Amino acid sequence: MRAPAPHGRPPAAFSPRRIGAMVLRHLYMYRHSWPRVLELTYWPLVQMVLWGFITNFFVSHSTWVAQAAGVLISAVLLWDVLYRANLGLSVSFIEEMWARNLAQIFITPLRPYEMVLSLIVMSFIRTALSVGPAALLAWPFYDVWVFAMGLPLLAFFVNLLVLGWAVGLFVSGLLVRFGLGVESLCWLGIFLLAPVSGVYYPISALPGWLQPVSWSLPSAYVFEGMRAVLFEGVFDVGLFAWAVGLNGLYLVAGTAFFLVMFRQARVHGLLLQQGE
Amino acid sequence: MSGPGTETVVKVTNLIKCFGDVRAVDGISFSVAAGSTTALLGGNGAGKTTTISILLGLLLPTAGEVAIFGGDMIAHRHRMLPRMNFSSPYVDLPRRLLVRENLTVYGHLYGLDHVKDRIAALARDLEIEPFLDKPTGTLSAGQKTRVTLAKALLNTPELLLLDEPTASLDPDTGDWVRGYLEDYQRRTGATLLLASHNMAEVERMCTQVFMLRTGVIVDQGSPADLVSRYGRSTLEEVFLDIARRRQPAAEERAREAGR
Repeated sequence: MRAPAPHGRPPAAFSPRRIGAMVLRHLYMYRHSWPRVLELTYWPLVQMVLWGFITNFFVSHSTWVAQAAGVLISAVLLWDVLYRANLGLSVSFIEEMWARNLAQIFITPLRPYEMVLSLIVMSFIRTALSVGPAALLAWPFYDVWVFAMGLPLLAFFVNLLVLGWAVGLFVSGLLVRFGLGVESLCWLGIFLLAPVSGVYYPISALPGWLQPVSWSLPSAYVFEGMRAVLFEGVFDVGLFAWAVGLNGLYLVAGTAFFLVMFRQARVHGLLLQQGE
Repeated sequence: MSGPGTETVVKVTNLIKCFGDVRAVDGISFSVAAGSTTALLGGNGAGKTTTISILLGLLLPTAGEVAIFGGDMIAHRHRMLPRMNFSSPYVDLPRRLLVRENLTVYGHLYGLDHVKDRIAALARDLEIEPFLDKPTGTLSAGQKTRVTLAKALLNTPELLLLDEPTASLDPDTGDWVRGYLEDYQRRTGATLLLASHNMAEVERMCTQVFMLRTGVIVDQGSPADLVSRYGRSTLEEVFLDIARRRQPAAEERAREAGR
């Protein structure tokens, strides 16, 4: 038998270069699609403007909001981190399905877990491009400088990013197994978490029977932690530790789910036949 | 040219693939010699695409074994995939990306040492230089076929699988593609395995043919051998005989004699 192809190397089990190739594929796509780039920044900016006016109103009509004027805008921006992290991952995956490119990709030496890592990188890039401009503009528009939270902001950001990836992997798993018929989950699935994450109100405002559900989500700890910083000026390490621990579990579960669904797609012959 | 050798590049043993109650592939076994060009022929639903998908590792079989380059393709496909590739007009490349960008991405996925040089060489060979910087989605069918072929040859595959490589091409372009593939095989000694409905193409290119019907190999041999045994003048007539469940002429004569 001949040696490996003269233009190639024996495949490594893990290759940053293959991950980089998949990231490059998406960056090329954005270079040629200004509507996609516009879409990245459009909604976070609209959200920020909308909630900025709501905040202005509540500052004079709500003693709770008046105590920390930035609480609503900070919540909006952090919720958008979660939403965009999920979207950044699942939409990057669905792009391959829209392009009918999955079969081409998976006959290369690319491993499924390398695909997962490339989606995570793309999610990070997309989230930073989406939320960054809105966070910066909140300062001149509404005098809310979310970066004043300092390191706690970074802790919240990373936790929400990771939860968004976990949800995005779960949605991508459903996409590869059930096809484009479930594509709306990319945009809507994450909203299942919104009512129980305590984005705009404390978890204690929820009915007692629903609160355990909230406390099983990393996002609940993040938003409670955000309010602790804004209202009391305290970074609650306990809340942070719970968020990190739960996120670890969710990310492992999301990755495992995606890989199991990917295998199921190979059993059912779905990689060559994408679509509704 | 290095002709078909004695080494076996593909060895399929008792391969079965079921989709629910349907047996798309029903216990087929075959092997493909190094440097040969082999065709899987059969009507729609015969199991050709299913078999090729399993050989590429895109589909997991229900039972059976697939060895490629002597390795277990089902358990360790990533060891073999860098040495193989696939071209089909039915599988797309991202349409918004320029041709050059698509080839660059795949060059990196295959871990090529000099991606730019390799793309330049293929672009010259396949005459795709004039549209290297055009969006892939704007190409004509003939241009797209050549680009897909460039992608399939990036890693200089030792085993190239082709699904209807000249479908929807005009006769001139189809002939050019066949000529290019034959030349590639002469230069590299690669093994080609193709599924095709173009019988003239199979007669011209292939040294071995496996005829499939409802997931079973119902006959095999060289094109000339099959034409002779069925008492026909073209492979297309043989194909129709098999699709319509007629026996080879020699077997029919034997059955007549036995009555």
